[in-house]
Amino acid sequence: MIQSGVAVADRGLDWIRGGGEAEIVLSSRVRVARNLQGFPFPGRAGAEERADVVERIRAAADRAKSLDGGYFWDVDSLDPVDREILVERHLISRDLLADRMGPSSAALALASDTSCGVMVNEEDHLRLQALAGGLALDSAWRQVDRLDEEIGALLPLAFHHQFGFLTACPTNVGTGLRASVLIHLPGLVLTKEISKVLEGISQVGLTYRGLYGEGSEVVGNFFQVSNQTTLGKTEEDLIDHLERVTCKVIEYERGARSVLLTEAPSVLEDKVWRAYGILRTARSLGLGEMMNLLSGVRLGVSLKLLKSPRVETLNEVLVRGQLAHLELAAGASLGEQEADLCRATYVRDKLATDERDAGQAPADGSSDTTAADSPPSGG
Amino acid sequence: MLCDDCRDKEAEVHLTSIEADEMRSLHLCVSCAAGRGISAEDTKTDTEATPPLVDFLAQLGASGPRTPVPDSSEPCPFCGTSATDFRKAGRVGCSQCYVHFENQLRSLLRRIHGSSHHAGKLYLSQASDITDRLGQISSMRRRMKRAIETEDFEAAAELRDRIHEMEVQE
Repeated sequence: MIQSGVAVADRGLDWIRGGGEAEIVLSSRVRVARNLQGFPFPGRAGAEERADVVERIRAAADRAKSLDGGYFWDVDSLDPVDREILVERHLISRDLLADRMGPSSAALALASDTSCGVMVNEEDHLRLQALAGGLALDSAWRQVDRLDEEIGALLPLAFHHQFGFLTACPTNVGTGLRASVLIHLPGLVLTKEISKVLEGISQVGLTYRGLYGEGSEVVGNFFQVSNQTTLGKTEEDLIDHLERVTCKVIEYERGARSVLLTEAPSVLEDKVWRAYGILRTARSLGLGEMMNLLSGVRLGVSLKLLKSPRVETLNEVLVRGQLAHLELAAGASLGEQEADLCRATYVRDKLATDERDAGQAPADGSSDTTAADSPPSGG
Repeated sequence: MLCDDCRDKEAEVHLTSIEADEMRSLHLCVSCAAGRGISAEDTKTDTEATPPLVDFLAQLGASGPRTPVPDSSEPCPFCGTSATDFRKAGRVGCSQCYVHFENQLRSLLRRIHGSSHHAGKLYLSQASDITDRLGQISSMRRRMKRAIETEDFEAAAELRDRIHEMEVQE
């Protein structure tokens, strides 16, 4: 059984605890696109058909073993902040919220441990997905595969003997599979080797983009690398290929970091501590600035130049430092300036807690969290 | 040459067809040909010297039962997506569009993916035949092998049971 209408709360954040190679690879994601037989794809379907699709998928989700005890949300009836929260957690895409005439009839089902779920009525009727911390493409794929088998046994899916699983966009047809890793590559950026690596990635059938998906800019040296093609290869081949290339990129990144450590140790150390210092003491912090500074701190933690914060905290700040998460914490909608103030307070607090736990000398020279570090009201 | 059907009269109608990648020739008398719904006028192959390829091409032009090729200048009969809609949005409207625009899509898919043939998981619908099921069993075997390699024994056991179930059904 799945539960409807429960609060979004902290659900869908399990990946932040990390996994293999967590200092360099933040998360691994696998999704497959599927459509129901006998219905136009969501972009072409009428309101009634879309609502009908949601009901059929809700009934199937209710019986799917992987989703037992999980959650189901109708995106239309969610509070606007909760909707944004789901987008910021990458659980639904912004396209799912695109302005439509009338209700969007979009929905999200999530397993009880929130490691896998189903996005309903985005570009395709079903997007089955799994998200895991660190480099864990194989286990993410196994979860999606299992969920796919369960859903496929309950609902008739659109499949063509030659083209495979049919999708609204021909770039997804076949396996419908998109596997991606979110990877942090400051070493390659600082040594200016990144363009060569990205060029190499493109040449082997992979593609990259920024943290926020298609068309988004690369911020904070975070790159999302994924397979470009979906037809003509098995799912396992696509996953293996991305995993192999990712391991190679990790190797290059490690190489670049050791070059930096040998050839410019003081420059590197200065960069890392400056980043930490600003995050630890700033009173106003823009999202882009926070991302770039988190990159420096993450590099410092990975190279053991900093004792704290923990990688998990860095992952959490990446998520909770976004606007809707700050608004949820503040219990009010925030203008840009207010958001920057709340963000700075939140980040200072998180870093101070980890600093105390790790016994690291505070960056601001004070002995402990000062009065000025306590959050202003509403923060 | 005697008629292939009655072995009595002189063959006057000569047909060449391609079936399962194999070329076949058929020589019939006028009455047997008429019995098969072929008129000597249509085939215009009254001399043995006519090259088979001409017969073949002529046959292509002749009317007869065959799978209707959808006219993709028309919108998809199921969802109404037209070729222009598709070009504009880069999205098709439904699964029937893949049949309706099959030819255009096939070459597009080849350009995008370097292939137009699915190699991954197979999906078994209610109407599937034995070839589909055998294909699915081999795809499941591949996945079971993979599950064993990655030490996911729970998934491997599940697949083993399902393969067994399907084999019993055969």
